[in-house]
Amino acid sequence: MSLGALEVIRPGLLTTIQDLGRYGHQAVGVPVAGPMDGFSHRLANHLVGNDPAAATLEITMIGPELLIEVDTTMAIAGALFEASCDGQAVPIDTSFAVQAGQRLKFGRLVQGARAYLSVAGGIRTDGVLGSRATHLVSGMGGLSGRALMPGDRVPVLAQTASRPVRKGVGLTLPTGRRARLRVVPGPQDDWFQSGALKALVGVSFRISPRSNRMGYRLEGPPLARLDERELVSEPVGMGAIQVPTSGEPILLMADRQTAGGYPKIGYVITADLPLAGQLAPGDFIEFAVCSRQGAVAALIAHERQLLRSADMKDGS
Amino acid sequence: MRIRECGDSMLLVELASVIDPLVNTRAIALATRLRDRQARGVRDVAPGYCTIGVHFDPLQTDLLALEAAIADEAALVETMVTELSQAPIEIGVIYGGEAGPDLAAVAERAGCTPADVVERHTARTYRVYMLGFVPGFAYMGRVDATIAMPRHRVPRERVPAGSVGIAGEQTGVYPVASPGGWQLIGRTSTVMFDPTRSQASLLAPGDEVRFVPLAGSCR
Repeated sequence: MSLGALEVIRPGLLTTIQDLGRYGHQAVGVPVAGPMDGFSHRLANHLVGNDPAAATLEITMIGPELLIEVDTTMAIAGALFEASCDGQAVPIDTSFAVQAGQRLKFGRLVQGARAYLSVAGGIRTDGVLGSRATHLVSGMGGLSGRALMPGDRVPVLAQTASRPVRKGVGLTLPTGRRARLRVVPGPQDDWFQSGALKALVGVSFRISPRSNRMGYRLEGPPLARLDERELVSEPVGMGAIQVPTSGEPILLMADRQTAGGYPKIGYVITADLPLAGQLAPGDFIEFAVCSRQGAVAALIAHERQLLRSADMKDGS
Repeated sequence: MRIRECGDSMLLVELASVIDPLVNTRAIALATRLRDRQARGVRDVAPGYCTIGVHFDPLQTDLLALEAAIADEAALVETMVTELSQAPIEIGVIYGGEAGPDLAAVAERAGCTPADVVERHTARTYRVYMLGFVPGFAYMGRVDATIAMPRHRVPRERVPAGSVGIAGEQTGVYPVASPGGWQLIGRTSTVMFDPTRSQASLLAPGDEVRFVPLAGSCR
């Protein structure tokens, strides 16, 4: 296979290279990063026959225009964009063949917030500490640790043999710009006044404009703490709902720091994190309480959906 | 020892709820032992001051076996008494002036001269309790109580790479330029983090550090 590139004509709002994340270095403060919607990242890879760990492009709200310099197979999963290749509409959640010289253009965003573009063989930037994932704040991974810019060349492989067209079942995207996310309470739910968990599940929180890949600041009724004691800073994971003294919760997302000193009232379950990744500032979140067993059952259902994609005959 | 569930993909092992060298020694040792077991499904093990985060893939992990392994290893580290002191890592610092814009204010608040602050900051050997905030940022302690300083109420938008700061009784070095609220007393040219090195982070949990004043420091 020979190396080629996708040339960035227009980068879109925030297009970054992501893989499953940079695990194994949190002890020295290296954040994990990775896709905001891991389900759609994996589905996009699956559709072109890639390993789930292959790097994709995460496309946010406004998509890019790319000049394709190799013959290959691609797929788009996640947010629903009107996308076209040389003016011809391309399908979502379905692989498609492209030829060198074609232009892939993302148009209007119809639903969701983030799409994942996979390329057969994956995006071939050099890894940093074992991962190609872009972490924007520390400037690590991806292309020079930043979002794509005009003129960038994203390295990909030219394909030697054609791959079958594969169709998948995509994530159920948020409707009406709101989503319900299930939460396992803890580890510090006992730091809050007795009504706080009820306050968390009883209302809608609006995602603040001051939100990004690190976390979503949530606007809603403050969650009252029992007292002002300080938590000794401790390791955190994606999905943590941490509550600073202001009482305004922050949902930690893909680019979160490795540790934090705010109490966590709960963690969003892994199966619902992809849905969270499809939300944007101004969208609404409602929380529901869930058990850990329920969380694992939901994740298994998710995995089944991911594998429920089938090869189709070319042209069908 | 207590194991707390953080959603479905992480366990938080709590040895205590204090900032203490011995508890921290045990937390680091427990994290190393758990990492070395290479249990199926475990993605990362990271120690904090007195806790350990165990990140895992819930579909690949036998949770009961993992919890049993944590209990076994925790029982072993609880017998640890003290860690052998190792040779401290020396970090050369230019104190004051442009390199340490808050040095004068720290001295004023402490009721001493800037040179006294430098002397007190360089007199101690610090322990790296944990890393976080950005790659390679080590939380070290404890500084002499007389020069302990609260953070700036409004953080600076950009703290230069290599800046040495104080926050409360902690001290640390900003590995990269980033926003930050610590009181900046000096700057080092030592590269704290470089992912292309075989050991990306200069400092690891449990390391000991001494700051050395360089020529050009405020006297």
